[in-house]
Amino acid sequence: MPRRLAQAVVVLWAAFTLSFVVLYLLPGDAVLTKLGSAEGGVTASDAEVAAARAAHGLDDPLPVQYGKRLLAALRGDFGTSVSTGDDATHLVLSALPPTLAVTGLALVLAVLFGGGVAVLGTYTRQRWLGQLLLSLPPLGISLPSFWVGLVLIQVFSFQLRLVPALGSTGFASLVLPAVTLALPTGAIIGQVLAKSLRTQLAEPYVEVVLAKGASRGRVHFGHALRGAALPALTLVGVVAGNLLAGSVVTETVFARDGVGRVTAAAVTAQDIPVVQAVIVLAAFFFVAVNLAVDLLYPLLDPRLAAPAARTGKVTADA
Amino acid sequence: MPDLSVRDTGLHLLRRPGLVLSGVVIALVLLAAVAPALFTGQDPIAGVPAERLRGPSPSHLFGTDETGRDVFARVVHGAALSLRATVIAVLVALVSGAALGLLAGFRGGWLDSVVMRVIDVVQAVPAILLSLALVTALGFGTTNVAIAVGVSNLAAFARLMRAEVLRVRSGAFVEAARASGVRWSGVLGRHVLPNALGPVLVLATLTFGTAVLEVSALSFLGFGATPPTPEWGALVAGGRGFLATAWWMTTFPGLTVAAVVLATNRLGRALDGERSGR
Amino acid sequence: MTGVSAGLLRIDGLDVTYRTRTGPVRAVRGVDLTVHPGQIVAVVGESGSGKSTTAHAAIGLLPAGGRVEAGSITFDGRDLTGLSEKGWRSVRGTGIALVPQDPTVSLDPVRRVGEQVAEVLRIHRLAPRARLAAEAVELLRRAGVDRPGQRARQYPHQLSGGLRQRVLIAIALAGEPRLIIADEPTSALDVTVQRAILDHLQELAAESGTAVLLITHDLGVAADRAAHVAVMSGGTVVEQGPTREVLGAPAHAYTRDLLAAAPALAGEPLRPRRPAGTDVLLAVTGLRRSFDGTAAVDDVSFTLTRGRTLALVGESGSGKTTTARMAVGLETPDAGTVTFDGEDITAARGERLRALRRRFQLVHQNPYASLNPRMTLGDIVAEPLRAFGVGDRASRRERAAELLEQVALPVSALRRRPVELSGGQRQRVAIARALALNPDLVVLDEPVSALDVSVQAQILRLLVRLQQEHGLTYLFITHDLAVVRQVADEVGVMRRGRLVESGPTDAVLTDPSAEHTRELLAAIPGTRVTAS
Repeated sequence: MPRRLAQAVVVLWAAFTLSFVVLYLLPGDAVLTKLGSAEGGVTASDAEVAAARAAHGLDDPLPVQYGKRLLAALRGDFGTSVSTGDDATHLVLSALPPTLAVTGLALVLAVLFGGGVAVLGTYTRQRWLGQLLLSLPPLGISLPSFWVGLVLIQVFSFQLRLVPALGSTGFASLVLPAVTLALPTGAIIGQVLAKSLRTQLAEPYVEVVLAKGASRGRVHFGHALRGAALPALTLVGVVAGNLLAGSVVTETVFARDGVGRVTAAAVTAQDIPVVQAVIVLAAFFFVAVNLAVDLLYPLLDPRLAAPAARTGKVTADA
Repeated sequence: MPDLSVRDTGLHLLRRPGLVLSGVVIALVLLAAVAPALFTGQDPIAGVPAERLRGPSPSHLFGTDETGRDVFARVVHGAALSLRATVIAVLVALVSGAALGLLAGFRGGWLDSVVMRVIDVVQAVPAILLSLALVTALGFGTTNVAIAVGVSNLAAFARLMRAEVLRVRSGAFVEAARASGVRWSGVLGRHVLPNALGPVLVLATLTFGTAVLEVSALSFLGFGATPPTPEWGALVAGGRGFLATAWWMTTFPGLTVAAVVLATNRLGRALDGERSGR
Repeated sequence: MTGVSAGLLRIDGLDVTYRTRTGPVRAVRGVDLTVHPGQIVAVVGESGSGKSTTAHAAIGLLPAGGRVEAGSITFDGRDLTGLSEKGWRSVRGTGIALVPQDPTVSLDPVRRVGEQVAEVLRIHRLAPRARLAAEAVELLRRAGVDRPGQRARQYPHQLSGGLRQRVLIAIALAGEPRLIIADEPTSALDVTVQRAILDHLQELAAESGTAVLLITHDLGVAADRAAHVAVMSGGTVVEQGPTREVLGAPAHAYTRDLLAAAPALAGEPLRPRRPAGTDVLLAVTGLRRSFDGTAAVDDVSFTLTRGRTLALVGESGSGKTTTARMAVGLETPDAGTVTFDGEDITAARGERLRALRRRFQLVHQNPYASLNPRMTLGDIVAEPLRAFGVGDRASRRERAAELLEQVALPVSALRRRPVELSGGQRQRVAIARALALNPDLVVLDEPVSALDVSVQAQILRLLVRLQQEHGLTYLFITHDLAVVRQVADEVGVMRRGRLVESGPTDAVLTDPSAEHTRELLAAIPGTRVTAS
């Protein structure tokens, strides 16, 4: 376990470094752009730029900048927002609760529908129904989610007037964004689970189970589903990341408050400290979720548990 | 011999109408990108104020927008820009990812460890967020968006290429070549690369769809081309303010994106099945 | 279909068709077969003969796309063709049970072994819930699983292949079926394990009066175990009857071919033995190699003189392949030396080793994996020439054609690719490639074990002929003592990394000194056929 924790910390450090390289090393001067646009398109004077650079610590040599920023980041300090002057960490974290509400609901929907489609699609004996169900995930993956969100607003808010179109108050306002967010994620879950279910059902051991006199239901739910759920579980880290990233689009479409909106605004303003805080936060989610999956996996897959830990002795010949 | 295989392919395709339709969609979009004039004679930039916000009709298939521009013409003329960005993104991901994977897989040792740890980190950040960070640094514009999307997708290529190289490398025919005295360079060029490249190219077709989606999402968020240049994602964004009154402004550009992605994914899966089926 | 003579299982005029991409394929045509209660009936055939399809049709588990087109299958007076899924469920497990081909993939990897045995009892409600675990342990014990109580709580990956096959036998016996269909039940296992398991299955079946339909490619296994044998080829039964009659006096040409091709222990060697010369081509001394702390090869020494064949024989994990790989520089020994034609080549690397490769070549076990699928046969065979810059394009092409001719492939095959060839043809190509540079030594790693018996015989004859024509020296790796007898002048028997016995082939096979050699000899199936 300490090894896994250390790996997680290394990934976080590396994510910070990566974001530093991308954001502070690449050409394109954020401060210049920022000042330029603040003055309404008129170029700022050299003195103004120099002062702003100094204020944001951009005058130091790069290794010094990197060291300073890394030390600060360890304390949770990513600098102040270039556009609002607020603490970047605070800005991002305070936007987190509404985002978590939507992503949480979206995760539930994605697992329910993605899993349901895969299980039912592979189980049903009606060929047409199976084909219909299993064609849904590839379709879901192909739809641009910003457009799906707009179509949902059109239909459910403007035509049917069931839920509010925009805003972030009340449970009703959660539904459409969550559905939009859940669609690509659920589609991925459905696709992976259906594929691994089919792989499982083609395994030779299924024939043995059938030869015992087992019903299709027993084969499907008693054996295949358990084996198939394992590869799907490794997706969870990716899924969590996708949900967080997807909120940039959905929150913009539905004009909701949250991390996604903050991110979109920060990119628009080339607000580097805020963007970096978001990147590290996303990496943190990824690392935390994967750590949890790593810890959980051996409990579900006996092949990965240390054999000695369970039964004492391992193999012997017949 | 060739006649027979052509006829076989023909029969094969007839049994898969979805695949044929996908091919047609892709061909049409490519044609629109190269020669938009074949599809529409209307101006995508200059509107006719008298014909503002008209619904779909024979003269305006996809309706008109708030300045009276023909939405169909804008979608057709947008194809070039959107496709160019997608192709750049896929090429960046394919070339840099495959090169990294090849290096890591074939050289092995510490180089492999270093490259793969970097890839791990790149994968720890969701693709969209990584491309947003890159766009923040590089600045806005279609080309920058394309490069950002490409870089954020290279990890999958590096991983696959490395896995394929390792798989092929450990294969009996590579050992047979080595045992019969072939130099490593010969093994790489004649055995490893040709056999490892297939799956990577399939991934490239599948990534094409992802790239279309990501490029259009970034352009929807406003980081792509500057208005009034037509770009698919930006067209959808432009219709946001008219959801209640002019549904066609968002619906048709969105449907176009969905159709292109569906078609390339369908093609990618067919290639994938073809490859693993033999 | 009345009376006792109707039999327990009766198959009449069975036709099975598979729907494939290229159209329907008739896998089984007009097969008649009867199994009487308590009888062991063997169905023998090579791959593609339809034997496995027939067996699967009898338990209603044809692979996807397979369909019974005509004929009837009657079990215990009940017609099984057209049975509903529910009807099948009542037959499977308690009426007809299955012992599958490959034990390593035939158990659910994420469920405990005991649960999987108890599942049969659970499905058919054969034991009260509280007794399930205890019953499963008892069944495992009866199937010959040691420490059954502990094994029942383990997962399949914790058991060896042989133990897993015993678990599968326990599963098959759990519902006290009247017929067990055993589909190549031991072909994935070593001969000594194979023998123990077949003995046990036979004993249990006799005890409970269960009939067995035994599917096998091995005439020896059929001869040893079955009262009645049916020989299948190309989807039809070409001959059937009491085992002694069919194998003793085969009426059909195919059966005779099959018998002739079977590498029997008592048969004649393919070539007179050669005396040990003094010209030592390959010598290894004190070779050791371990992987992850376990010794794969432990202090192995032998010498091989020019023009002879040395066979290294052993079961899986005996270290024979690792030894061969160290001999040709594909693996570095931890200790010991390899001397080739008087030169110490143990530490040879890089260009020096590459130069040596002109003189020793390797033929792999699996001809499906050892040829690059993207290259033409001409390029494959000429590759060693190209690697050493021998000749120009045209002369290499000429030489490739000549090599293909030598291994009895048409010159027109030069432009073809490996996928278009059968396993035997591919192995010929691999042999042609090994001969391209006129090497002194060829290491053959199980060159025939992936092939059907009739093809095996052809390849062995080809190897012997080439050896004579080119004065080749062979290091021959195999698990099959019968093959050893046919081709080797000298044999080394390996077990757990050590060479337990070595000497001239005839001496070792007729008068073995090591216990393990005796075990291997006793385990060879088919000793009864050759005796009669």
